[in-house]
Amino acid sequence: MSFLQHDVPLSWYLLLSAILFSLGVVGFLVKRNLITVFMSIELMLNAVNLSFVTFAYQWHEVRGQIFVFFVMMVAAAEAAVGLAIIIAVFRARSTLAVDRIDLMKL
Amino acid sequence: MTIFAFFLWSSAKVAVITVMMLMGIAYTVLLERKLVGRIQNRWGPSRVGPFGLLQPLVDGAKSFLKEDLIPTAVYRPLYLVAPIISLGCALIAIAVIPFGAPGMGPHGFDLFEISNINVGLLVILGITSIGVYGIALAGWSSNNKYSLLGSLRSSAQLISYELALGLSLVGVVLHAGSLNLRVIVEQQATLGAATWNIAGGGQILAFFIYLMAAFAETNRSPFDLPEAESELTGGYHTEYSSMKFAMFFMAEYGNMINVGCVATLLFLGGWTSPLGDLMPPFQSTVLSALLPLFWFVLKVFLFLCLYVWVRGTLPRFRYDQLMNFGWRYLLPLAILNIVGTSLWLAWR
Amino acid sequence: MHLILFFLFAGFCLAGAINLLLQTHPINSALSLIVVMTSLAVLYLLLGAEFLAIAQIIVYSGAVMVLFTFVVMLLNAGREERTLGSRAASRIGFPAVVALFAILATILLHVQGLGAAHLGEGLSNAPGQSNLELLSQVLFHELLLPFEVTSVLILIAILGAVALAHVEGSKIPESERVAQK
Repeated sequence: MSFLQHDVPLSWYLLLSAILFSLGVVGFLVKRNLITVFMSIELMLNAVNLSFVTFAYQWHEVRGQIFVFFVMMVAAAEAAVGLAIIIAVFRARSTLAVDRIDLMKL
Repeated sequence: MTIFAFFLWSSAKVAVITVMMLMGIAYTVLLERKLVGRIQNRWGPSRVGPFGLLQPLVDGAKSFLKEDLIPTAVYRPLYLVAPIISLGCALIAIAVIPFGAPGMGPHGFDLFEISNINVGLLVILGITSIGVYGIALAGWSSNNKYSLLGSLRSSAQLISYELALGLSLVGVVLHAGSLNLRVIVEQQATLGAATWNIAGGGQILAFFIYLMAAFAETNRSPFDLPEAESELTGGYHTEYSSMKFAMFFMAEYGNMINVGCVATLLFLGGWTSPLGDLMPPFQSTVLSALLPLFWFVLKVFLFLCLYVWVRGTLPRFRYDQLMNFGWRYLLPLAILNIVGTSLWLAWR
Repeated sequence: MHLILFFLFAGFCLAGAINLLLQTHPINSALSLIVVMTSLAVLYLLLGAEFLAIAQIIVYSGAVMVLFTFVVMLLNAGREERTLGSRAASRIGFPAVVALFAILATILLHVQGLGAAHLGEGLSNAPGQSNLELLSQVLFHELLLPFEVTSVLILIAILGAVALAHVEGSKIPESERVAQK
């Protein structure tokens, strides 16, 4: 039953966070829907949070976790404002495709 | 205790508690039908078994055997997943609820709680907030305007009242200085009923806010607008039938039981007796294990009776009245309660 | 045990993130993002950050993503359309992202002295001191001012959201009610 006691190297957590961040970037570049693009940003924020928690664990430093806490609060505020903007954009142009929202004036 | 024995004990505990929870849900339905029947001066179910006691089993068998209809216009994956989310969240919350004295098992194993964690209260709130998805997705995926309206109403109601619910619990947490449900209960037990949070703890206002918010949170009358039959035909589960409808139904009653458990733990002294630590501990192990269980079940049962009583007597609110009540009265009152409690604690 | 849980939930994370990219309907993307966030909460729990794990579930899965699903339902945004821009983005984007990932991985793997994570070990090894107490002590003593400033920020965000999405003479849409969380 040795696998039950096996530890996980922290570098794997960091690697996972890097992969998630890259997937977020891919989503940001490839997706063409305004809401999905916004979701990719949230994915990137989450990936960064994971590496913060990992480093907090490694150095026994509570400030790493505090940072995550603040990121969460700011992300909540950002989501509220961002989605309000998306609603306003949709009202004005009745589309969410980013390629069609390319003019400053209507 | 070896890891194997731990695994075995834990799975047995989970299995037993899940079955108990499902039975509890079935008999809460019967309790409601009987009590509402008596309130309306009729008998309620009385034909199947003595006093209609086998009625829930028959109902369950009926929902299983009915044809499982899936309307053609629904968005299938979400339509199928939504009832599972709802029922899953209702059943998972019991995992952190302690319903008996600590220890009691072999090697100090916690027999009367699935897992004792130090953020137990937050876990319950988190699971409740996930439960919103079941209703929101059910309404949206049904592709029916009544369903969508019902689910939008319901989600807005859940989210608004979750706030008042969460804030009403802050006073209790300040009082206990911990989010661990066991610590919260043990802190109330010193003088029995006199030190319960609802009485000696001075949280009676918080209890009333919690009560109102809990009625709204479980979509129960007088706040059962999401399924208001007279205007929405059935709300978010209009398009659901047979077992999938039964899952929503069970989720509703499961949430009632969860809310009752949380109220018991936070305000009514949990598994401790009304005499608290004043009563000398019993010599017999069996009695000292079963008596806390009895008190806990009794308190939850009384809370459920209160639920049914309110349902049987009060008419439904209007939607704007509901929102006004939540935001303009409950929320400020909850904040007032937090300020008052912290001032009182600082003064002491 | 730790290894199994890590692989399980890291797998869920990756599957959710990839599904987010592959799905064309925004609501499926939103649901896969919820899977990612909830699995991340479990990974936080494995790293001994139980408060953050629950905060992740309450704030991200329970509030932010509900907001997203609400907006998707409200706008009834249909399938995503493929345009000229998306082809260009994938042609330039994928190599750029591979390069970015390579850089990130090299930097992260060159951090000196990285240990291994044990199950059931938190920030401090002192018994009886929970992660929550440590966190709140720093948050409410040293960082009280930033904490309060954040609450003002959230208030401003609520006002901004209401002002942006409010249409003259109409009822406030549901999303602001959610936003006030």
